[in-house]
Amino acid sequence: MGQIKRIHEMLQSGAITCTELTQKYLTEIENSNKELNAYITVTPDVALAQAKAVDEKLARGEEIGLLEGIPMTLKDNISTKGILTSCASKILTGYKPIYDATVYELLQKEGVVMLGKTNMDEFAMGSSCETSYYGGAKNPHNTDHVSGGSSGGVASAVGGNLAVYGLGSDTGGSIRQPASFCGIVGLKPTYGAVSRYGLIAYASSFDQIGPITHDVEDAAIVFDAIAKYDDRDSTSRGSEPTLPTLHDEIKGMKIGIANQYLNGVREDVKAAVLEAAKSYEEMGAEIVYFDLPELEFALPCYYILAMAEASSNLGRYDGIRYGYKAEHYIGTHDMICRTRSEGFGKEVRRRILMGTYVLSAGYYDAYYKKAVNLRGAIVEAFDRAFEKVDVILAPTAPVTAFKNGYLFGEETDQLEQYLSDICTVPVNTAGLPAVSIPCGEDSEGLPIGMQIIGKKFDEKTILNLAYKYEEKEDKFKETKWGVKL
Amino acid sequence: MKYELVAGFETHVELSTETKIFCSCTTAFGGDPNTHCCPVCIGLPGTLPKLNEKVVEYAIMAGLATNCEIAGIAKMDRKNYCYPDLPKAYQISQYDKPLCQHGYIRLSNGRKIRILRIHIEEDAGKLIHNHGDTYVDYNRGGVPLIEIVTEPDFRSIDEAKEYVERLQQTMRWIGISDCRMQEGSMRCDVNISVRPEGSEKLGTRTEIKNMNSITNIAKAMEYEYERQCELIESGGAVVQETLRYDDATGTTSSMRSKEDAHDYRYFREPDLVTIAVPRERVNEIEARLPELPGQKFTRYTQTFEIPEKDAAQLTKYRSIAEYFDQAIEGLKSPKTASNFIIGQIFRRLETEADKEAFDVRTTAKQLNEMCRLLEAGKLKNNLAKKTLEQMLDTGKPVTEFISESDMAGLDENTLTEYCQNAINAMPAAVADYKGGKEKALMAILGNVMKQSRGRADAAAVTAKLKELIG
Repeated sequence: MGQIKRIHEMLQSGAITCTELTQKYLTEIENSNKELNAYITVTPDVALAQAKAVDEKLARGEEIGLLEGIPMTLKDNISTKGILTSCASKILTGYKPIYDATVYELLQKEGVVMLGKTNMDEFAMGSSCETSYYGGAKNPHNTDHVSGGSSGGVASAVGGNLAVYGLGSDTGGSIRQPASFCGIVGLKPTYGAVSRYGLIAYASSFDQIGPITHDVEDAAIVFDAIAKYDDRDSTSRGSEPTLPTLHDEIKGMKIGIANQYLNGVREDVKAAVLEAAKSYEEMGAEIVYFDLPELEFALPCYYILAMAEASSNLGRYDGIRYGYKAEHYIGTHDMICRTRSEGFGKEVRRRILMGTYVLSAGYYDAYYKKAVNLRGAIVEAFDRAFEKVDVILAPTAPVTAFKNGYLFGEETDQLEQYLSDICTVPVNTAGLPAVSIPCGEDSEGLPIGMQIIGKKFDEKTILNLAYKYEEKEDKFKETKWGVKL
Repeated sequence: MKYELVAGFETHVELSTETKIFCSCTTAFGGDPNTHCCPVCIGLPGTLPKLNEKVVEYAIMAGLATNCEIAGIAKMDRKNYCYPDLPKAYQISQYDKPLCQHGYIRLSNGRKIRILRIHIEEDAGKLIHNHGDTYVDYNRGGVPLIEIVTEPDFRSIDEAKEYVERLQQTMRWIGISDCRMQEGSMRCDVNISVRPEGSEKLGTRTEIKNMNSITNIAKAMEYEYERQCELIESGGAVVQETLRYDDATGTTSSMRSKEDAHDYRYFREPDLVTIAVPRERVNEIEARLPELPGQKFTRYTQTFEIPEKDAAQLTKYRSIAEYFDQAIEGLKSPKTASNFIIGQIFRRLETEADKEAFDVRTTAKQLNEMCRLLEAGKLKNNLAKKTLEQMLDTGKPVTEFISESDMAGLDENTLTEYCQNAINAMPAAVADYKGGKEKALMAILGNVMKQSRGRADAAAVTAKLKELIG
């Protein structure tokens, strides 16, 4: 049984009250957050008020929903009315939205208990959570290592039992990679499955909100609650529920492994993924090896388009209406320049500059336009692949969690940070769904993750496959942190 | 040397939809600063635009009214520039796939002004300078606009004036904008250059912004034309730049040079999906479009033989034309009604606003009834004017002002009797008529009219006289 269902039964049966449960999490956050740095903002008042409402309902003898009273967290780029939503950036200092993101609205209808807002790379730009203005969130398996990025705070919190589940966002791997680094489950839904309304944009045509959870069943429960059409997001359309088919047999399913996905992947990671493939064969699935040469173009294509969109999306932070404003300036122009120079971190500034460059007159055709065309080619390549296979199995990241500071070390090539996204970005480029689940650990005991990539709006198949693997192999490993129930 | 003026127009027209282009805030003009705003139109982080379908419809109407082709597929793009009145630091506009393209407006001199494109976009907010401080009011931010871009087809200031008037008239006519230049709901930028007469090559152009009336457009163009001519005459060269027109001094001054021109870094707006415009939708919108002023003008002048000057007045505002169309239903001579409207009714409407509102006490139906009686001879010509004045004063129908016996006209026997009397009384005239003098019949008719005290129908009398004289 999944974690959410287990806690749900405890609440429903009266084994624990929601207030007690919430208080346990709040206490653990207070004890552990100094070290894990998973939360930017903890919201005890909000959480306890929400818990109280659930307890009142239980006291009346009413049935509660699966997600009702389950303590969770939101990545700090998901807008919450009256609660700091910082994107882990100095430039959003003191910014409290005046509206709730659609996903938070949906979860409030389910009776959510929101513990607080979690850490991330600044504006979701990074792979280690270390570009955060608030410092990086640590890996609960070993705090000398990063939690991954950009949704490192959610992964650290869920992996370290400081929340039952959380919502992250995935632009180029930001849900899957930290989930993989922290040994938990992360689902990046199809582009358009979940409303982006209220998600502070990094790259609008890639961004997608999804769950980071303890197990696959939890991911299915949370996904089904948030994958709804939203009138406020023209690109949203919802998706089919995944829970009803979660336990289905997978015999005869065709699982593809693209050779290019294994290039440059560390041997132990590769071995773990191939071991998982064997496990699927044992369950009656068929493994098909094939070539996907277009994968080579996914990384440059992704970075050009994502940075271009980011340069436009981040233009609004000018110090005029909200957030940080430079203290000393002469006139409006100088005020905007200083605010942005002081308010954005180095990585964000780098991406804004590069994005501005690729859209500039004279360079547009050489970069942006080419990348748009490449994106079309990558979409078609995946379409062709899915004519032959039902899903694609691949490593989530070429390595396991980096040592703290490694990516920004003196001897580390800046490109290495971008290259670490090589396994995750193709999915975002093509708008596909993918789920990352643990499939082993390295010699240091750090988790290894694999991802199952599906056809558009076919979350039910990838979650079904992920569930069957988890049921058979269960590679989840407890950490020493957080609430033990 | 003589120089020819070459000009093109870029006109922004604020659409009169009830809500903004990407959110449901009101588009009402004015209001306390920042009261017509929401998270979407002030561009708060995380918000997304949602395209108002009415805006697409209005733009298609504008395109159809200016003979444009309507695109089957269009998209929105981001135009990136940083200015405090633009809260997202980009304007959502259309770059390479506008909704409407390749139209034209025909001027009275017969020349066609080609319309390159019409696209939809959002308006920006307004900066308010007060005691050295600058404030931003975002009420106008997100109000829908169409931008109408012409080819450089203007050759005179009169053409430019007529174009702006025609555009204003058309947009108001189809009900998509009030086009008030003073309030900024219609704003014109003019591209202007000069070239030696007879030359085919375009000169270097300047762009004039900030003109808030047709008079100012004319003044600014005249000033700029003279300035460019003098510059070239004195051996100088025109520099490509953007100019601001100063109403107080009647001069233009530089806003920015070509080198300072923005690089807008256009790219597709990823938050909005492709706009599909099926042909059926265009047809449906076209079917609902009212008959346009140009079409009415042609019908009035050609079918009804109304003088062009009168037809122009009748088609200036849709309210007048629609009144006229109702007033002439079933009439033999629509010109009669036209004369009453232009002669008598217009005298009561002093301002242009009064004419546009066309709020008169006599309804079109009442005028129609009066004209019908006039044509039937039941209302005497010399009484018509006075009767209409009484109608306009009171709002009462024509029947209130003519007697029942007038209404009844003459019965057949009385008509025959009066005609016979006249023939008997005027043998000389009868002889003249028989001798081929058509005019002589008029004298006999006059006699009959006198006997009937004006109640007889001239046409019926004429017919009867001809019958009796043989």
